[in-house]
Amino acid sequence: MFNYLLKRIFYAIPILISVNVFTFFLFFVVNTPDDMARLHLGNKHVTQEAIDNWKFERGYNKPLLWASELDGVKKISETIFFENSLKLFLFKFGQSDSGRDISFDISKRMWPSLAIALPVLIVGICLTLTIALFVAFFRATYIDSTGVLICVFMMSVSGLFYIIGGQYLIGKMLKLVPISGYSEGLSAVKFLILPVAIGVISGLGNGTRWYRTIFLEEVNKDYVRTARSKGFKESQIMLSHVLRNALIPIMTGVVVVLPSLFLGSLITESFFGIPGLGSYTIEAIRAQDFAIVRSMVFLGSLLYILGLILTDISYTLVDPRVRLN
Amino acid sequence: MYLYKFYFIFFIFIIGCSKPWNNPYSTEKESYSIHYSSFAERPKHLDPVSSYSENEARFISQIYEPLVQYHYLDRPYRLEALTATKLPEPMLVHDESINYSIYKVRIKPGILYQPHPCFAKDPQGNFVYHDLTSEQVSQIKTFSFFTSTGTRELTAHDYAFQIKRLAHPQKHSPVLGLMSKYIVGLKELKEKLLASSQKGQVIDLKKFNIAGVKVVNNYEFEIKIYGKYPQFKYWLAMNFFAPIPWEAEAFFSQTGFKEKNLSLDWYPVGTGPYMLTENNPNRRIILKKNPNYDPTLRPSIEHNKQRIDLNFDREVDEAHFILEKEAIPEWSKFLQGYYDASGILSDSFDQVISINSRGDANLSSDIEAKGVNLVKAVKPSIAYMGFNMTDPLIGGYSEKQKFLRRAISIAINYEELLSIFANGRGLVAQGPIPPGIFGYLNGLSGVNEHVYQWTEKGPRRKSIEIAQDLMSRAGYPEGIDTTTGKRLTLFYDTVLGGPSGKAVLNWYRKQFKKLGIELIVRATDYNRFQEKIRKGTAQIFSWGWNADYPDPENFLFLLYGPNSKVETQGENATNYQNPEFDNLFLKMMETPNGVSRQKIIDRMVELLREDSPWVWGYHPTTYTLYHKWMKGVVPNLMARNTLKYKTINQNERREYRAKANQPVLWPLVFVVITIFAIFFICLFRVKKDKTTSV
Amino acid sequence: MQIVILKTDFLFFLLLAGIFLYSLFVFKDKQLLDVWRQVFRKPLAIASGMVLFFYLAICLLDSIHFKHLANNEKSQEITSVLDSLFEPISKQVETTYSAPFAYSSFVKETILNDDGSVAREFPRLKFGGSHLIDPESDYWPDIWISLIYILCMGFVFWLVLLFIYYFFSYRSRPKSVISFVNVVLVSSGSFKVFWVTLLGFCLLFSFLFVFAGHYHILGTDKVGNDVLYQSFKSIRTGVLIGTLTTLLALPFALIFGVTAGYFGGWIDDVIQFLYTTLSSIPGVLLIAAAALMLEIYMSKHSDIYMSVVARADLRLLALCMIIGITSWTTLCRYVRAETLKLREMDFVAAATALGATKLRVIFRHVTPNLMHLVMITLVLDFSGLVLAEAALSYIDIGVDPSMESWGNMINSARLELAREPVVWWSLGSAFFFMLFLVLAANIFADSTRDAFDPKTND
Repeated sequence: MFNYLLKRIFYAIPILISVNVFTFFLFFVVNTPDDMARLHLGNKHVTQEAIDNWKFERGYNKPLLWASELDGVKKISETIFFENSLKLFLFKFGQSDSGRDISFDISKRMWPSLAIALPVLIVGICLTLTIALFVAFFRATYIDSTGVLICVFMMSVSGLFYIIGGQYLIGKMLKLVPISGYSEGLSAVKFLILPVAIGVISGLGNGTRWYRTIFLEEVNKDYVRTARSKGFKESQIMLSHVLRNALIPIMTGVVVVLPSLFLGSLITESFFGIPGLGSYTIEAIRAQDFAIVRSMVFLGSLLYILGLILTDISYTLVDPRVRLN
Repeated sequence: MYLYKFYFIFFIFIIGCSKPWNNPYSTEKESYSIHYSSFAERPKHLDPVSSYSENEARFISQIYEPLVQYHYLDRPYRLEALTATKLPEPMLVHDESINYSIYKVRIKPGILYQPHPCFAKDPQGNFVYHDLTSEQVSQIKTFSFFTSTGTRELTAHDYAFQIKRLAHPQKHSPVLGLMSKYIVGLKELKEKLLASSQKGQVIDLKKFNIAGVKVVNNYEFEIKIYGKYPQFKYWLAMNFFAPIPWEAEAFFSQTGFKEKNLSLDWYPVGTGPYMLTENNPNRRIILKKNPNYDPTLRPSIEHNKQRIDLNFDREVDEAHFILEKEAIPEWSKFLQGYYDASGILSDSFDQVISINSRGDANLSSDIEAKGVNLVKAVKPSIAYMGFNMTDPLIGGYSEKQKFLRRAISIAINYEELLSIFANGRGLVAQGPIPPGIFGYLNGLSGVNEHVYQWTEKGPRRKSIEIAQDLMSRAGYPEGIDTTTGKRLTLFYDTVLGGPSGKAVLNWYRKQFKKLGIELIVRATDYNRFQEKIRKGTAQIFSWGWNADYPDPENFLFLLYGPNSKVETQGENATNYQNPEFDNLFLKMMETPNGVSRQKIIDRMVELLREDSPWVWGYHPTTYTLYHKWMKGVVPNLMARNTLKYKTINQNERREYRAKANQPVLWPLVFVVITIFAIFFICLFRVKKDKTTSV
Repeated sequence: MQIVILKTDFLFFLLLAGIFLYSLFVFKDKQLLDVWRQVFRKPLAIASGMVLFFYLAICLLDSIHFKHLANNEKSQEITSVLDSLFEPISKQVETTYSAPFAYSSFVKETILNDDGSVAREFPRLKFGGSHLIDPESDYWPDIWISLIYILCMGFVFWLVLLFIYYFFSYRSRPKSVISFVNVVLVSSGSFKVFWVTLLGFCLLFSFLFVFAGHYHILGTDKVGNDVLYQSFKSIRTGVLIGTLTTLLALPFALIFGVTAGYFGGWIDDVIQFLYTTLSSIPGVLLIAAAALMLEIYMSKHSDIYMSVVARADLRLLALCMIIGITSWTTLCRYVRAETLKLREMDFVAAATALGATKLRVIFRHVTPNLMHLVMITLVLDFSGLVLAEAALSYIDIGVDPSMESWGNMINSARLELAREPVVWWSLGSAFFFMLFLVLAANIFADSTRDAFDPKTND
């Protein structure tokens, strides 16, 4: 187990490095540091000297990949690539192009993201499971087919409309919750209700249909038939046998996304004015703050790989037949 | 888990009984007034040395106090002493064949800084929070870590310190280049600092001196500038010249602070009426009243009831600025009474503004019934279309080239542009100087006779036939070049994009088509646009200028030859060169406001109108809405430190909020009942099916 | 007139040709034909297939571009067949908002009267309802008469189609007209659904045909453009993003997947490493980063002046490619797994034993058996991609702003909800146009998957 984990982690490092190389080329080769400097220094009275100074401070005046005039290790270490990409591995995200410390901002902003994403996940799973179980219970009836149709319908509506419509209806027309905003602690609840509800509802169609498929797969398995022949009630079978066994694929599916919950949701957060990582990323994209986007790409890949490893572990925990090596 | 949820819901219901459910704020205390407004983009700098934008000035102008300020009510804009005892006047000296002006400044004794940890001293008189160990630094989570605070009297040293900070290479002061031309010794200081920072040393500004700034004693200092520059007094009103205590710089420059985003750029320290207590630029910024602020040491505002309804009984105790990225929530919250002030979305303009029979904009009746006030003001700024004068086709100073530019000036109907795209929020410009600034002339005498003709109803744009005639005289009858026989094609560089930009660009194309000119639009991003202007490769472009200070110099210098963008990276984006204009400019700079200055300006403006390096564009008008509970609002587009003049009537606000935010519950109840109904019907059906089938 | 083939047009034609070839292939292969019959056995699948066909047809019409070369004027304007079909409507631009079927503007305007006084009122539209002489009294009668007219026309049109079918269906021609009507009305299943849906389309077409000339059926937007026209133009963007993305990702996924699966060893390792790397980058961020870079790159090279259409087209293609890069990994994984399975199959082993080269085995025996995977992916991904376009355009990293797309429509219309009274038609149109496409695609995809992948079929 331990060896396996170690192997996985060692396997992750080259992946992260190549992610870095990839994003580095995307950012620095197309967009020169001069362009970035101009963008961030504003428009009035900008001199070339100020630009050089700005670049000097961020180390953008160094060569991109290879410092040919220096010797030894410095050929590699005194470059923009080394300074800006490899330091990410130490979680030193450095300064954003606008001058704030990125690590600090990330550590502050991941909590609001989590405050939305976690309830959406938990409430979403509970609700989806209930409905899917309900629909699967009535399989091959009109309730089932209408249920599936409604699910497909809900899937076909763009998430944007859930957000725009939800805010308009609940926030503006019915005046039940504040339209947007956020606050720390307990009083955050009134701000979170609407985005969480919208998040749950927009994921309902897809989730229900998926879980229903999983349930139906289980229902047709032999052990269920056996149970049925033993004279268990249908509702009992659904709740104890089917649900318990279907939870394995469902939970492993959840574990993958668990680490990525920190990243938040781009559109919801910016629409409801929630200071999470999602809106952080959007702001960075709109302000063309490449340092932040680069850090977020790295963080995202890292969390994704973490999710994969967690999934493997959870497989062994849930199903003792699987052994990792 | 579920128990907690119930508890939460219960909690919300409890709140719901006492006030509107959708109130985004926590409970407010009686007799403690909080002003709420929003900001769309988080400020980049709150350090007065590097902050140069409107949305940052909104915050720091309440916190920092330069020597002088703009009078709140007087028009035309007038400076008055703020922390200085009187307005500093220049004294001319002649030294080694160079002219200098010396500003002797005396500041009022007894002005105190806001309470701040950087001043905190222990009983032995040592600073508590200077020279923290790295262990202590690592314990800092938020700013509230610093529990003890102190204060200190404002001294002349602090002003001198800030002037030295302008030269600091890591502060990137945007005015450093400009100010080095004037303040004696600033350039030398900058070079010294740069040299020492490139050696890797930490700069301690206290150890450096600047030749042009001499501190006489704690309350007196002198600034020496090259030559005559009467506009320098306006710079003294800007935050670049606000005092910074050396303790603050020493406190924030400790190692490890920057990684925690603790810096003067985020936590200002000033003497002003307000101090920053919470800075979460991702969510909100809170300013609280500075307890050490003594209004008797500041100029008092004469209470003139005839002029404006001012009510200075109850000041704003706390101001909350809330980040609002999207326009709809911001506007909805304003209507719900959760913001005291708001701009007007172009999309909701018709809902808010109605134009009366004389063409004046007023509030529409249903917005007025809500008790909203409208404040209108023409901004001291100009949006113009520039011709690159170095371009062989559109630039140049021959008669024909002038005719071409004038024809274009007539053809671009800015009145139409304003009415289509800006709901008429703007005033068509007759020259570079906007209203409210000395040199602007109203009525007949201010009309640009090359483009307009005066009628009884005011200036009317000349007819397109006249422009077409000018085109033929320029050698392009109906837009066809007589020498080559080809259609005249011009390039227009712009940063406009997006759905609304597309419409504007099409409109521009249509205007040029009236003269038979084909306009090709090259839309780029701002960087590329600036690069083109810098290199002088653009032909036609749109740009604007916001006044730094209310003096015609600040607009006319945009066309002053030695400021040419291509040659000196100055602000003369069209690279306009006219020796007579340049001579007059120097004379105008030095002449005090008066008849003779007006004469010079008139001549200069006439030269410009004749050469037409710009199409004079328009001066945008700002419309701001205030709820009636907010008093003391006067449109003053030069002064930014206006929060101290405003007041709030909390009772009115509470009543309004309660009335405007009655929650509507029945749809929710309806939905819940429907869901339950469906659920039970399904169950019932199944029971029946089962019983029949068995 | 000169035909212009844009890059995306070319790819779309390629796709259509591919579909055509595939259908020929299907008709030859009896087993495959049965599977496809199964797809169309569900009534809903037929209806959604027809809706999809409708959207594809519109997309095709909008993909045939040409330039007018009249008057010797060197005009850069490129128009499509759809544009010319919509000619009167696309040129009928009002000044600003007007509601669906309105005859006067939605926004009050300052009107200068002859006596010099200024009034603020709702002006009549220039085009919408301009045939009405006295709108107050003529409006409703006009609408009712037109509706009756539409009903008749739609039915007649439908009946004509029905009779055409009757005369040409020689293979199974019913004995008499009455028995034919019986077949149509009474017969259950696919046949009836087909004709009912067709009736719907007939009514829709006559509705558009009758009303579009006189009114703005879906109103106008802020600068007075017809929303119906915009919605129709957006179809091409949506469909192209939905299909071309998979098409562009296809070669990568197939080549890498097959090589990895077939050869194994270090090649497999390298390819696996490649797609793990790519799939570990969060998709949205990758797209955002690439879109940012693309924008900078294009503005750097904007000196070569291109027509607005060509530029927008290039950006659309680039967007498809970027999304393709983020999405090929999934297909690649499936292909690899399937190849691994196929490699061990008897017929592949037999071919190898008979001395077939590796390339021949791959092209002859492995790849054709992967086609159903490709088919399922193409259909399944379609709806997700259409939705993704809207979300991406909303955060300004989608298609060119000058291009009509549902995302751009939503983006520019979101402020309209702040108006009072609210302007709902732009958002509403984008909502319904998208909904119908995505819903149809989802239902069709379900049906396809069920037919090809009988495991989940219950």
